[in-house]
Amino acid sequence: MLDTGHTTETLLEVNNIEVIYSHVILVLKGVSLTVPKGGIIALLGGNGAGKTTTLKAISNLLHSERGEVTKGSITYQGQVINDLAPADLVRKGVIQVMEGRHCFEHLTVEENLLTGAYTRKSKRETAQDLEMVYSYFPRLKERRKSQAGYTSGGEQQMIAIGRALMSRPEMVLLDEPSMGLAPQLVEQIFEIVKSINEKEGVTFLLAEQNTNVALRYAHHGYILESGRVVMEGSAANLRENPDIKEFYLGMSEGGRKSFRDVRSYRRRKRWLA
Amino acid sequence: MPDQFLYAVEVIINGLMAGVLYALVALGFVLIFKASGIFNYAQGVMALFAAMTLVGIQKGQIPFAKLINTVMGTELEHFPWTVPVIPAIILAFGVMILFAIIVEKYILKHLVNQPEIILFMATIGLAYFMEGFGDIMWGPEIKKLDVGLPQGGSFWIEDMTIGLGGENFYGFFIDKLDMVATVVAILLVAALTIFSQYSKQGRALRAVADDHQAALSVGISLRFIWVLVWSIAGFVALVAGIMWGAKSGVQFSLSLIALKALPVLMLGGFTSIPGAIVGGLIIGVGEKLFEFSIGPLVGGATENWFAYVLALIFLVFRPQGLFGEKIIERV
Repeated sequence: MLDTGHTTETLLEVNNIEVIYSHVILVLKGVSLTVPKGGIIALLGGNGAGKTTTLKAISNLLHSERGEVTKGSITYQGQVINDLAPADLVRKGVIQVMEGRHCFEHLTVEENLLTGAYTRKSKRETAQDLEMVYSYFPRLKERRKSQAGYTSGGEQQMIAIGRALMSRPEMVLLDEPSMGLAPQLVEQIFEIVKSINEKEGVTFLLAEQNTNVALRYAHHGYILESGRVVMEGSAANLRENPDIKEFYLGMSEGGRKSFRDVRSYRRRKRWLA
Repeated sequence: MPDQFLYAVEVIINGLMAGVLYALVALGFVLIFKASGIFNYAQGVMALFAAMTLVGIQKGQIPFAKLINTVMGTELEHFPWTVPVIPAIILAFGVMILFAIIVEKYILKHLVNQPEIILFMATIGLAYFMEGFGDIMWGPEIKKLDVGLPQGGSFWIEDMTIGLGGENFYGFFIDKLDMVATVVAILLVAALTIFSQYSKQGRALRAVADDHQAALSVGISLRFIWVLVWSIAGFVALVAGIMWGAKSGVQFSLSLIALKALPVLMLGGFTSIPGAIVGGLIIGVGEKLFEFSIGPLVGGATENWFAYVLALIFLVFRPQGLFGEKIIERV
């Protein structure tokens, strides 16, 4: 059931991109992926696999970190978007929610949300959108007048997602929504993401380390390892894949293994083999 | 009332008014520092340049006249017209906006993501460039700035207060220009506060000050915000230039008032607009009172160093200043 609900129309296509930071550090070594309209797509992998870099390459936030896409192309609705400024992308409907939440600490919760509508003109629509965001995150409405810096981690994640929604996006690049949150909150955030996806038709591309949760809510997943896509498939298939179970879900047929066995297993079997 | 007390009150009032002028300069620093983390060394020179431009436009001076004359062998000096005060101020503001656009396009854009010290060095370079450029454009001589502001002591206040003291007390002497400056500064701060708290661009400005990466991610254009901030700082510089220029003439020393703003900033905090105002007032009153009470004992001229000593003491005990931004930390 989880794998239905999205169309076959392609919204975003990343084609064999390579990303280099500071002219020397090669981080992505040819990543390709396809995001269908209305889908929830998960980018999985460990630390330093290149998940965040992939998202930033799409939203073009790499420039401010001295990174650049040196090869490959990124197309959105059939248009190449490699060189568009982040502001132009937001206007086109692609917005990123950055890892670690990044709220505007000295602004109130409501002001934070309103900055998300920066690229929009109509005040009336902005007011409607604000109500829409509050309907998904009632907690934020209660705290609308508090300074964002004093809200809890979960609330800050809600602010960050709500702020992105205020731009009326077609597609949200969600970076590590579970980071630093209690399991129950993670579940809650993913529930909301799912209902936004279903009710508002917003497409999500999310980077996540928490493979277990991500694969329960996503339709499709890509697994990155040191800058390459090493495996992809529908979420249901990935959940059942023995290697995924072994490496990312921590389950294996013979119960728990000792660390030494796992290491030799890793040596025997590489993703790229 | 004893005369001694009345003199002290007069000193305090004059100190407050001097403080307002310091605050005006400090305000320009705070705006740019908040939005881009740059300590803009050129703020004082911007005030000088703005005042020179205003005088030049008013008098209908031809910009770069000397240069043109030398190269072309002509004898140009003035256009056949003069410009009334209000249009001249608007035009001068236009020049400051143009200046902001040029600074963004040719300096800031290329230095983004560099360490702050490099940006600071760039503004030092900018300061000296502007100083020379202003001289070439409008000529280096001392100019008189006349925008129709009242000058001299207010007889009205003297008459009102003369009855308070004894025979030798002639009422408070308060410069009318200082009174105008106070009103203008209050209006300016009110306008800036309303702009930054309640307008969309003001909100964006505060967002950039908090987290420029996140601001970028929601579609705020940093380049536009920078031009906006430098334009506003240019306007503040213009106002400060008018007030100081009317007081002491438009000349090179005007650019040194920037140094007076430094202790104000240390006191008030680099990131706070109210801080700049209160800091300015404290320094203004403090140095006048100190000169009045302690000055005679140490041979006078305490105004030159008092502000810095006060700022140093503050740096030791409260480095973020009186109103410096509270650092929000979650535990």
